[in-house]
Amino acid sequence: MSNQIIQGILLGGYYALIACGLSFMFSVMRIINLAHGSLAVFAAFALWWLASRFHIPPFVGLLIVLPLMAAIGWALQRFLLERSARGGALLPILTTFGLAIVIDNMLFEQFGADTRSLAPYIGSLSYDSWEWPGSIYVGKLAVIMFATAVILLGGLQLFLTRTRLGRSIRATSEDPDTAGLVGVDARRANAIAASIAMVTVGLAGAFLGMRATFDPYAGAPQLLFAFEAAVIGGAGSLWGTLVGGIVLALAQTLGAQVHPQGFLIGGHAVFLVVLFVRLSTSGLGLRGLLRLPSRSAS
Amino acid sequence: MSLLSVEDLVVRHGLLQAVRGVSFSIERGETLALVGANGAGKTTLLRAIAGAHQPAAGRVLLDGADLTNVPSHRRVGMGIALVPEGRKLFVQMTVEENLLLGRTAGRPGEWSVDRVLDMFPNLKPRRHAKTGHLSGGEQQATAIGRALMSNPEVLLLDEVSLGLSPLIVDRVYAALQGLIASGTTIILVEQDLNRALAVSDRVICMLEGRVALEGPSKAVSRDQVTKAYFGLHRKSPGSVPA
Repeated sequence: MSNQIIQGILLGGYYALIACGLSFMFSVMRIINLAHGSLAVFAAFALWWLASRFHIPPFVGLLIVLPLMAAIGWALQRFLLERSARGGALLPILTTFGLAIVIDNMLFEQFGADTRSLAPYIGSLSYDSWEWPGSIYVGKLAVIMFATAVILLGGLQLFLTRTRLGRSIRATSEDPDTAGLVGVDARRANAIAASIAMVTVGLAGAFLGMRATFDPYAGAPQLLFAFEAAVIGGAGSLWGTLVGGIVLALAQTLGAQVHPQGFLIGGHAVFLVVLFVRLSTSGLGLRGLLRLPSRSAS
Repeated sequence: MSLLSVEDLVVRHGLLQAVRGVSFSIERGETLALVGANGAGKTTLLRAIAGAHQPAAGRVLLDGADLTNVPSHRRVGMGIALVPEGRKLFVQMTVEENLLLGRTAGRPGEWSVDRVLDMFPNLKPRRHAKTGHLSGGEQQATAIGRALMSNPEVLLLDEVSLGLSPLIVDRVYAALQGLIASGTTIILVEQDLNRALAVSDRVICMLEGRVALEGPSKAVSRDQVTKAYFGLHRKSPGSVPA
């Protein structure tokens, strides 16, 4: 049992990692990025391409891919999200949905339907493990992922609260108009925030490729896990995202324990329970939602 | 040359023309009071000077430089700071964080968090409190401090006494007196006519987007301002097109 819990917590690190960019983008830019999973898969393909074509190991390849992702984030904000945000709150969501379809199909056109993995390029790291007291074996990669998630989320938290740029980004998310009046370049702050979000997406894509396999249409499930972890943790809270990832992973691990096919169901069930508890505590409960039509009719 | 001048400024909110061809200028170290009824265009005028509204026509000049295409965040760097109506603090952030944000533009100068806290001692114990939890007076002090942190050449104050108790307003104005005495150039919008005339060197009364009266505060009588305020100075009010 303790083995399951430890494995679940470590898997939670991975979920926190993929949820990090989604949560960051939602909290500071008020944008729900539906292309999140596809962009992570794009990063994984970029690393795979560098590794298979030029024999660049994935950890070195990150030095190329992460700046590329930052540039993509900047361009995404400047040329797509900023413009679509002028059309109301719904338009950016639809834009990112369209972007996800474009990315998925471009990857399919370029790389075909084959399933890939970065595992062959990281040597023994993909299967090595450490033995912990109580003869519990933990995968080295899983521990690295968990540590990365903690460092990344903690680092972002410190960045947002302690640095001038972080404060500018928070001010812009709260009130872009007033941020301009105190001297913050709101456009620049948003573009930097998008770059940071995409760098975390690049990291998530790297670990997705190393711990498992991916194909051009693997983005949607990743988006789903990221979304569930972010919502369970309370959208917009960075430490909450880590907790959300761990809760999701634990629910999945325990679900799999109950029934071999309970892995996904366990995660979804916890997500729904948290969602309904949130809604009912905020006064928008299931009952309230169901009663709404009759009230408006009377 | 005047520090700041506004030339035939026209600002629209959609179809509504809020500011209709306003011109004035202000010298370094001067304090100018803007008075006028609600909807006279005072707030819009200040926001246009700060760069939050794009004018439909006319220019704003700072030290002779045209600011028309300069976005608001760069105007802060050039020395224009606005204390907006309703304070507009970042309520999720602490007093100190709000003050530090004021320094974003990076103008060199003497203002620091400690100096602002010395000016408003009531903020000292609230330094690390979120501004959403502060009283109105504390919020106003933070908003003024945030604007001062940018070391402005011109400070624009929009209704700093709005929603504050008279005692707190006295305190805020006592602090402003210090600023005025130190030679800061100030444009302030104030509903309380006595206060506006007492602290300012010159007064402009706006009516329906235009300047209805302009004169030195010492020479202008309360009666004259009241007439301009309500538009009673016109010879035949009924026939003047709005």
